[in-house]
Amino acid sequence: MGFDFDVIERSWVYLFREGMTFTLTLTALAMAGGIVFGTLLAMMRLSSVKPAAMLAGAYVDLMRSIPLVLVIFWFFFLVPYIGAWVIGAKQPIQVGAFWSAAITFTLFEAAYYCEIMRAGIQSIPRGQVWSGYALGLDYWQTMARIILPQAFRNMLPVLLTQTIILFQDTSLVYVISATDFLGAAAKVANRDYRLVEMYSFVAVVYFVVSYGLSTLVRRLQERIAIVK
Amino acid sequence: MNYNWHWRVLLETEPGGTGSYLHYLIVGLGWTLATALAAWVIALAIGALVGTLRTTPSKWAVRLGNLYVEIFRNVPLIVQMFLWFFVVPELLPKALGDWIKQMPPPWGSYVPAVLCLAIFTSVRVAEQVRAGIGSLPRGQRMAGIAMGLTETQAYRYVILPQCFRIILPPLTSEFMNIIKNSSVALTIGLLELTGRARSMQEFSFRVFEAFTAATVIYILTNLIVVLAMRALEKKVRVPGLIAAGGAPQAGH
Repeated sequence: MGFDFDVIERSWVYLFREGMTFTLTLTALAMAGGIVFGTLLAMMRLSSVKPAAMLAGAYVDLMRSIPLVLVIFWFFFLVPYIGAWVIGAKQPIQVGAFWSAAITFTLFEAAYYCEIMRAGIQSIPRGQVWSGYALGLDYWQTMARIILPQAFRNMLPVLLTQTIILFQDTSLVYVISATDFLGAAAKVANRDYRLVEMYSFVAVVYFVVSYGLSTLVRRLQERIAIVK
Repeated sequence: MNYNWHWRVLLETEPGGTGSYLHYLIVGLGWTLATALAAWVIALAIGALVGTLRTTPSKWAVRLGNLYVEIFRNVPLIVQMFLWFFVVPELLPKALGDWIKQMPPPWGSYVPAVLCLAIFTSVRVAEQVRAGIGSLPRGQRMAGIAMGLTETQAYRYVILPQCFRIILPPLTSEFMNIIKNSSVALTIGLLELTGRARSMQEFSFRVFEAFTAATVIYILTNLIVVLAMRALEKKVRVPGLIAAGGAPQAGH
């Protein structure tokens, strides 16, 4: 069996328009949501309010100790119930694969972004907090104006690296039959029985995107390091 | 939320007739561990080799090591799983490829899954090994050479033993990652713990009981690994060094 480039030529528009759009939208949403929620979690974990710190710690530990695939399954079945509870419906509501995945990845990645932000916050000298308070700022102002901007900047390369991992991890939505980049390719592969070509192509595309992004992150890291 | 819990389902017989659902899940844990452990041994060996290569003075060895790391770090695990399962047998000589494809279940999924996880994790081990070697004072190697050791001997007797003791904590989390990552093998048909939780859900329609049971089993496994590794870390810690927490790293 020769390598059949034709199947890629026929399907690449579909792969990118349907699949890659899904993958990138999901990545962007989960990144934004995950960083916001993760930062809040990190603030909770470092809080002097013990129950808040324990709750956030338990959440992060739970998310980090079970496989992502299992989390995806969990939320795929759980989100309809949560939705019904939120809007007060009697029956579980219908939630598409995309929104189910978006919620899953936001909540899952938040645990990982949390640990990064926690390290970022802890890397800021305590004097910064005290001077904020001495200037009359309250907790939220000190956090928003002084601590978080610095923590964010210090951790930017790690946050972006985590996002590249997130981009790769979104391919696991395959298990709930979503049409992300891999899912779209799998559909074509099975329809035309061209598994070798399609999966090789998928691997190359993921490699090019991830490698390109990680090279950019490395450059950014060097620039930040010099400024510091 | 009105969901009627029915925990007794765990004691009911699964359709395959091998025993209760709980037993079915525990066997799944066995497969998870069998996959993760076999892959871990290979990953450690390759990772140590590649990580070491990347710290040698030889430019070509460094480049080769970097190439290896970049390739397997930038392709998602599930795609690598598909490459090992669907693509590799087609690229091998026909007789060998057919032999692989005709391996009886679960070996037909188990072998590709182990290879895939091993290579995937070896890259991350290699990164840790390289970082560990890099964190040792340069004087260690120089002192070794000055004492008349060859480069290889310096690695073997001076650098690597210290390196492994320093990087044990990050390796622990890699080991827990490989246990979790082995769940991706369900996509190529290996019935490990997550895969069995899903089939239990399909057979019994008890969604949340199945996933809760699997989640609890994963958490317990994690706990045991953490406790065991903490004891080991205490034993092999290099006196005088602050335990290597290292810089925060992205992961999954």
